Amino acid sequence: MPILAPIGRGVLRFLEIAGRLALFALQGVTHAVRPPFFPREIGKQMVEIGYYSLPVVGMTAIFTGMVLALQSYTGFSRFNAESAIATVVVLSITRELAPVLAGLMVAGRIGAAMAAEIGTMRVTEQIDALVTLSTNPFKYLVAPRLIAGTLMLPCLVLVADVIGVLGGYIIAVYKLGFNPATYIKNTWDFLKTIDLVSGLVKAGVFGFLVSLMGCYHGYNSKGGAQGVGQATTNAVVSASILILAFNYVITALFFGA
Amino acid sequence: MDTSKTGPTPKVRIRNLHKRFGKKVVLEGLDLDLGAGESVVIIGGSGTGKSVLLKCILGLLEPEDGSIQVDGEEVVGLPEAERERVNRKFGMLFQGAALFDSLSVWRNVAFGLIQAKGMRPEQARIIALQKLSQVGLGSEVSELSPAELSGGMKKRVALARAIATEPEIIFFDEPTTGLDPIMGDVINDLIVQCVHTLGATALSITHDMQSARKIAHRIAMLYGGRIIWAGPTNEIAHSGNDYVDQFIHGRAEGPIRMQVRA
Ligand SMILES: Nc1ncnc2c1ncn2[C@@H]1O[C@H](COP(=O)(O)OP(=O)(O)OP(=O)(O)O)[C@@H](O)[C@H]1O
Ligand SMILES: [Mg+2]
Repeated sequence: MPILAPIGRGVLRFLEIAGRLALFALQGVTHAVRPPFFPREIGKQMVEIGYYSLPVVGMTAIFTGMVLALQSYTGFSRFNAESAIATVVVLSITRELAPVLAGLMVAGRIGAAMAAEIGTMRVTEQIDALVTLSTNPFKYLVAPRLIAGTLMLPCLVLVADVIGVLGGYIIAVYKLGFNPATYIKNTWDFLKTIDLVSGLVKAGVFGFLVSLMGCYHGYNSKGGAQGVGQATTNAVVSASILILAFNYVITALFFGA
Repeated sequence: MDTSKTGPTPKVRIRNLHKRFGKKVVLEGLDLDLGAGESVVIIGGSGTGKSVLLKCILGLLEPEDGSIQVDGEEVVGLPEAERERVNRKFGMLFQGAALFDSLSVWRNVAFGLIQAKGMRPEQARIIALQKLSQVGLGSEVSELSPAELSGGMKKRVALARAIATEPEIIFFDEPTTGLDPIMGDVINDLIVQCVHTLGATALSITHDMQSARKIAHRIAMLYGGRIIWAGPTNEIAHSGNDYVDQFIHGRAEGPIRMQVRA
């Protein structure tokens, strides 16, 4: 019997956190879809998430595309299946690697920044000050970040798709001596709409999750600088794990049957 | 020990307020009334729960028990949207200023005007600059960010923000702490002016008895989670209450025991 108690406690604690998180998300979404909106705040977050993440996401994409081409070449050349390289690159990038890697990069960059900013506002009573100025903190802080995260990550992933494929093309054509026209043809021929769409849906979900984790942990941080540091770490770790878990779920939904 | 004020409905009426954090009991059956247009100062030792009281009234903290009425309307446990409406009546100067560090000084001051009152930014900026000059800050600071200000300047910007929307009820949490004596007196005058010309109801917290005498119609002393004495400002010198006497004369000896270990 004494073995059951800690397990029960753990389950209860998990359910409690999940419940609080769900409530937080619900409240954030309700405020995100109902006016009044804060266009200035939404714009600021969009620039922060979309524009300033471009270099990081672009670099990740180009190197990933290059590595993919190189690796699949060393593998496929054993079976004389080099022509499949273009297909492998474009499918892996659009379906999996662009959304997941961009999501993880943005989790590190944006999730951390959001948790730190909102956490600091919490411990220095700025969130209380918002309330006394008749401004709902969910509307002013959480909703713009959720909107911007959900909209901007798909844009980033679209860019990452293009850059990733370009990375594969560079290696295939300039290092491995493929014919450029054939490579591009192979890329296009096997790419289906669902490959792109599933990747972009993933990106939207991941963007939402990153913003949600950043806001949730920041909003609930307590106890000065140490608390804010803790919130930042928690935001990045939980966002990363959720991205990987949801990646599986969405893949199963799209391609599982 | 009569803390209530007779007459029409008080602006704010607090009865039997209880607030605790875990095991630590902070407020224990507190009663207090603020009449319309009245300026009340709360005094009391550090950590007795003065700031907690203000946060309970504003709905930032949820009391365990008791009633708080604003203009006769019960506000404890009010739903979010209702709370927002009630909070439009309030202005608050936080003890730690609590300026938004992502916004410039003038946007901080204009925040309530733009967000809550829907004023156009150009127009709000003019009012913000005017409020800043009332607290002795020139237009050259208006574009700075709060991180570039000194402690006393932050406090004054926060004060300008609290009064910018000309609220009906204003809370000042230690308005003159950290200011030089002359600027402190300028702020005292400003608070008096808010009450006089705007007809605002003010509740201030201060440790500075000189400032309390200047801005208060009434002084209330918080001790042990309640108001143990409240009365007109000119009566505080002969309150007949040992706790009050010890506090206003700042004596270490007396009924109030500070929890310090040698
Ligand atoms: N968020 C909180 N969580 C836990 N305890 C708190 C919290 N806020 C305040 N307290 C406790 O409540 C008590 C009263 O705090 P409060 O800030 O109201 O003091 P105060 O009377 O304003 O003191 P000071 O004059 O130093 O500002 C303190 O003992 C403090 O430890
Ligand atoms: Mg205080």
